[in-house]
Amino acid sequence: MLKLHYNLEKISMGLVGAIIAVASVGGIVEIAPLFTIEQTVEIPDDLRPHTPLELAGREIYIREGCYACHSQMVRSLADEIDRYGPYSLAAESAWDRPMLWGSKRTGPDLARVGEKYSDAWHVAHLIDPRSVIPVSIMPAYPWLTRPLETDLIEGNLATLARLGVPYDETMVENALADARAQARPDSDGVDGLLERYGEDIAVRAFDGDPSSLTEMDALVAYLQSLGTLTDAPYEMLAEETR
Amino acid sequence: MIATLTLRERRIGLGLSVALAVLGLAMAAAARTGPMAVHGGMALILGLVLIFAIGGALYDHPEQGEDRLTRYYDAPTRFGIVMTLIWAVIGMGVGVWLAALMYWPEATPPWPATSFGRLRPVHTSGVIFGFGGNALIATSFWVLQRTSRARLADAVSPWVVLIGYNLFCLWAASGYLMGSTQSKEYAEPEWYADIWLTIVWVTYFVLYIRTLARRAEPHIYVANWYYMAFILVVALLHIVNNLALPVSWTGAESFPVWAGVQDAMIQWWYGHNAVAFFLTAGFLGMLYYFLPVRAQRPIWSYRLSILSFWGIVFFYMWAGSHHLHYTALPYWVQTLGMTFSVMLLVPSWASAGNAIATLNGAWHKVRDDATLRFMFVAAVFYGLSTFEGSFLAIRPVNSLSHYTDWTVGHVHSGTLGWVAMIVFGAIYTLVPRLSGRDTMAWPKAIEWHFWLAVAGTLVYVVALWNAGITQGLMWRAYDENGALSYSFIQSVEAMLPYYAARTLGGTLFLAGAVLCALNCRATMRTAGDRVDATDRPLAAQPAE
Repeated sequence: MLKLHYNLEKISMGLVGAIIAVASVGGIVEIAPLFTIEQTVEIPDDLRPHTPLELAGREIYIREGCYACHSQMVRSLADEIDRYGPYSLAAESAWDRPMLWGSKRTGPDLARVGEKYSDAWHVAHLIDPRSVIPVSIMPAYPWLTRPLETDLIEGNLATLARLGVPYDETMVENALADARAQARPDSDGVDGLLERYGEDIAVRAFDGDPSSLTEMDALVAYLQSLGTLTDAPYEMLAEETR
Repeated sequence: MIATLTLRERRIGLGLSVALAVLGLAMAAAARTGPMAVHGGMALILGLVLIFAIGGALYDHPEQGEDRLTRYYDAPTRFGIVMTLIWAVIGMGVGVWLAALMYWPEATPPWPATSFGRLRPVHTSGVIFGFGGNALIATSFWVLQRTSRARLADAVSPWVVLIGYNLFCLWAASGYLMGSTQSKEYAEPEWYADIWLTIVWVTYFVLYIRTLARRAEPHIYVANWYYMAFILVVALLHIVNNLALPVSWTGAESFPVWAGVQDAMIQWWYGHNAVAFFLTAGFLGMLYYFLPVRAQRPIWSYRLSILSFWGIVFFYMWAGSHHLHYTALPYWVQTLGMTFSVMLLVPSWASAGNAIATLNGAWHKVRDDATLRFMFVAAVFYGLSTFEGSFLAIRPVNSLSHYTDWTVGHVHSGTLGWVAMIVFGAIYTLVPRLSGRDTMAWPKAIEWHFWLAVAGTLVYVVALWNAGITQGLMWRAYDENGALSYSFIQSVEAMLPYYAARTLGGTLFLAGAVLCALNCRATMRTAGDRVDATDRPLAAQPAE
């Protein structure tokens, strides 16, 4: 063995080849099966993709780096289930590009935060966290009250559709109208929005003002959707604890 | 820089600068608004500055003669060290500011660019890629030439690598401030920056292999194995993890081709091996050269070097899944990750032990020479951090530690205690030699820096051990009625004294780094004319 290595050290491209070969094994064994086995590719029947407004909110969540302090992954541990809700399933993030599981909880996990607090609470909390939680160390995001930039909404849906997220043609075409309608409950576009994304989605003036579409509308719509895209985790937990 | 190039090389440099300016203009014109336009503008300005610098001095300097081939080419190393120190101050400075914000959140300025979430990747990219990456590239050029006894294969591509790499770092940091990020940790820059880095990295690899091909030594020294593993595997990780589909070719936004659980696995396969091959392999290369040189002792065991090298290259790539214990990742993948993480202790301690055993017979030097002491402490912290890493990867331990500040403390024991210490050891060895001097300008400041760095690291790490364990225990505590004992916000409140202590630790460490930067500046400004006659290439250089 030592003799073999003694000779390998004299051939630079031999070392290059050996390094690539040896380093590739682990990744191939651990990653390749994830694209085929049932546990990681099965999609529940009731799973819906994010609406255009929620997706815009998700982009704001990414832009502001929320993932650096908040996870979206409830582990299968008793205290996490008691604190946050049913543990997360792979299927829940099957269409999430990128996934936002996170790695640190400076603040609490958000995987099940949807509909736990009112819209008004979220708005107040984002503008000034210490107005609702006096000892919070979260930074304030007062600029979220500005209008939502809508240039990319249709392109974002189209790109995700090309990558395999089940947005059909009418969803892509109506992306902008659907984003506007979701934050304006009395508008004409609501019927089409509900038809495309299901009756269960939240249609509200998330920032309290139906007249304008703001970044706050998008981010709160996204936060309120977390954990509500499928009932599968609740059914799974109920089945296991029965 | 320009004086060290031949006329032909200056012309090539001028051509490349024009190409960079045109690329920048094209990016800015295509994107018109947003981060990509700003980044195009930066490339345009950099290209124009280089055009004026090179074009203006095209005929100013005497033509480099053939005798240049009898010397090593160290001007890029010097530039790389300067960039290392600049990024150290930026990256660590932002880190200390962020640490302060965690117990003083009201200090966050009310505009978007400076909020915690946007500055956090400026800190991580600034220290990992800016500080660490520049140090690796700069030292790799120095080590490659000395251990091959050959001059760098050409004089233009080292500048392409260093300037191109720093443009990437600048794009990354400024992009985050504008809210441009992929959100993948330690791989946040958007698609065009990723493509740019790939081009720079291929240039780096080609230069490395071409120089190795000229070596006068039959054997490739162990430091170069590590630098090569760093270059190759980082390229592999970078390309796979960053595969993305842009929303349009004229904008920064993109979506990764990977989704959900596959994305999570690929991200942490990348993330953990960024630690392995960026923050470990490259720096082991540094250790394997500078520690024996400074101690004037040969590496203790050749066999142990081989064992630890291939152990690290093989085992590390399996370990990423320990970041995903108890998540929706299949159980068997978690188990594999845990198993290999524990096995990793063998090659890791083989390296650390080999380094420490090399100091046998030179302990009086460790006592007297702060520079060598930096390297010794680096090896000790390498051993401690890898032990802690294997321990934290064990599933039940991880159930307590994961998502807490224990992980952050662990990372900093590795980055402050190991990575930064070995870099400072290498810098204090290199800078006097690059400046033609025997010693640094302020030798006593090295001693001060050493104790600031050690004290800072210890305060930081101990604070976050306490923070993390407290957090983990509070989250899982139940009262006698079977209800959770603490609300989440109570665990946040309990962190505040530790966050204050970690800010103090970080400040001490930053103060040391600033002292180092000033010391290097003073040394470079008072350069001597000492020439080491034996420090020259042996390899016959082809006539150009």
